[in-house]
Amino acid sequence: MERDDKRLFMPGPLTDGHHQLADKCDLCHQQAFGGKELLQEACWNCHKDEHKKPFDSHPKTKFSDPRNADTLEHINALYCVSCHVEHQPEIANKDGLTQPEDFCVFCHEDIGKERVTHEGMDFMSCKDSGCHNFHNNRDIYTDFLLKHVHEPDILDKPQLPQLDLAGAMEEVMEYPHDRYPLKKLDEPAADAPAGSKKSEVIMGDWLSTAHSASGVNCSACHMVASTESGTEQWQDHPGDSQCANCHQLEQERFGKGKHGMRLAAGLPAMTVSEARLPMNEESAHKTLTCLSCHGAHRFDTRTAAVEACLDCHVDEHSLAYTKSRHFQLWRDEVSGRSESGTGVSCASCHMPRIDFDINDWVSRLGADHNQSANLSPNSKMLRSSCLHCHGMGFSLDSLADTTLINKNFIGKSQVHVRSLELAEEDHRRAIEERKEAVTTE
Amino acid sequence: MKMNKAYVLGASATLSLGLVAASIAATGVGDKPTITPKAMADALHLVMDSDRAVYTRKIVNRLVKKDKVIKASEHFEDDKALVLPAQMFRFGAEMVAKRAEDMPEVDFSYSLQSLWPINKQNAPKTDAEKTGLKFVAENKGKNYYTEETLGGKKYFTAVYADTAVAPVCVSCYNDHKDTPKRDFKLGDVMGGVVIRIPVKG
Repeated sequence: MERDDKRLFMPGPLTDGHHQLADKCDLCHQQAFGGKELLQEACWNCHKDEHKKPFDSHPKTKFSDPRNADTLEHINALYCVSCHVEHQPEIANKDGLTQPEDFCVFCHEDIGKERVTHEGMDFMSCKDSGCHNFHNNRDIYTDFLLKHVHEPDILDKPQLPQLDLAGAMEEVMEYPHDRYPLKKLDEPAADAPAGSKKSEVIMGDWLSTAHSASGVNCSACHMVASTESGTEQWQDHPGDSQCANCHQLEQERFGKGKHGMRLAAGLPAMTVSEARLPMNEESAHKTLTCLSCHGAHRFDTRTAAVEACLDCHVDEHSLAYTKSRHFQLWRDEVSGRSESGTGVSCASCHMPRIDFDINDWVSRLGADHNQSANLSPNSKMLRSSCLHCHGMGFSLDSLADTTLINKNFIGKSQVHVRSLELAEEDHRRAIEERKEAVTTE
Repeated sequence: MKMNKAYVLGASATLSLGLVAASIAATGVGDKPTITPKAMADALHLVMDSDRAVYTRKIVNRLVKKDKVIKASEHFEDDKALVLPAQMFRFGAEMVAKRAEDMPEVDFSYSLQSLWPINKQNAPKTDAEKTGLKFVAENKGKNYYTEETLGGKKYFTAVYADTAVAPVCVSCYNDHKDTPKRDFKLGDVMGGVVIRIPVKG
């Protein structure tokens, strides 16, 4: 054990969400006796973005309002740790929740009276797949469900939205447009200096990428600015920070997920052997950086979207993928038999294409490199992934069937979620009430 | 009931009114308590009410009802629509609460509530809210002022009527699937704004 390693003092093992950070206690415990506020600050340092978009319907400000002071008697919702206790994984569920599953009852005990469709429902079911998500209760709402009633299992034109980073870069003021104009480059234009390790393979790889097609020359990645002087020098093996010059969003999101959280915390990159999920033993030594999945020069997003995942992941769901209909569609896309965006790779669902707000005025579509973001509750996948290709009813039912998920959606769901029926029932009630109001007038 | 009680502060003022202090701290004048909690609440409400009326009339009503170029929707992101005036108000209140976390001297909160709430979480909860909302609905043009203790802390609490100032207020509220009241008319009191300022006591 290293001299600074404080794991000896851990009161208990860490949950799945934080176990990779065990060798950096001070990431959360910033001071030995920092107190609750400092601990809360540490939670916020890493998790605050999860509460921006879509809306957090239970923000801290809701509970700090004096009118809700009584609710704090049950759960002190001003602090993350009130619901997410660490070092006691035996009482934490998949979300890291350590409150009883029916905790909604404290504030919503009258929901059966307020919403007749919810009469008699068990509070243990609030969090069921396809129902409510405490941190984003606005994601699935009645009117949204109504828009998707009676959809077929597979939509008429199932296709994922298309990424266009080069197009987005045209809007980015900071991009060095004068140095790397957005135009296709050919081999003679490559600006690697004489003596660098330029080979036919490297050149071929680069010419096959969006980089060469969009004016991103060798120097864009290999000329690294010194942190002290700022002067640039050629490096044969530039690090991840060079990727972030243009792919800042992707790198930030990578750092929020389990693949990149160690790097984001200033720790050595995660190795596959550190994972708690079943992994390929032959890959145990591999580390997780941008290049682990994307490779250098070729940066083949198709390889990164499937082969890179299956090199390491050997759980039941992953192993079943190559037998699934999703994989057949992916093979068709890769072989050019079908349009781009019609195949379903691992990344299609786990690194979905999201419209990220870059600031208050600009947003851009990007693959969410936080592959943990839409896993729990899994209904977060509805908007980001499933509904691009499938109807709402089919998607809700499929996400609620864990056996089907393990089989990578080979077969049909044996579970039925009633959300659509409840929305329709509520809609009929509102129509009757409106009619009645007109008659009374 | 403690209505229209004068909360004049003397030299031993106990009110936390950093909002004013922060704005004119350079002179030191802002640190001297020269404003009552009631006047402070009235001033805050004047700003809130005016901003909201401008948004409702000049933006939502004009573009939705008159020019018919865009919708206003509760689900404004999905519907690519304008934020509803009530949501604009609530988002402002949330932002104020969030920003005030870093300003210990600025300590006040406000919310939009109704005796006929679309979202039942916005029904009055405390006795002061219940009495105040009823009072402003039954006494048009009058505000309600009182003190209350919540979570062991004493507050000056003011309640102001929230009135339907434009046709969109009425049509939107009456037509909402979750409204418990569908016969509001222009000029009706639909709810109330509750402002709380902590006081020592």
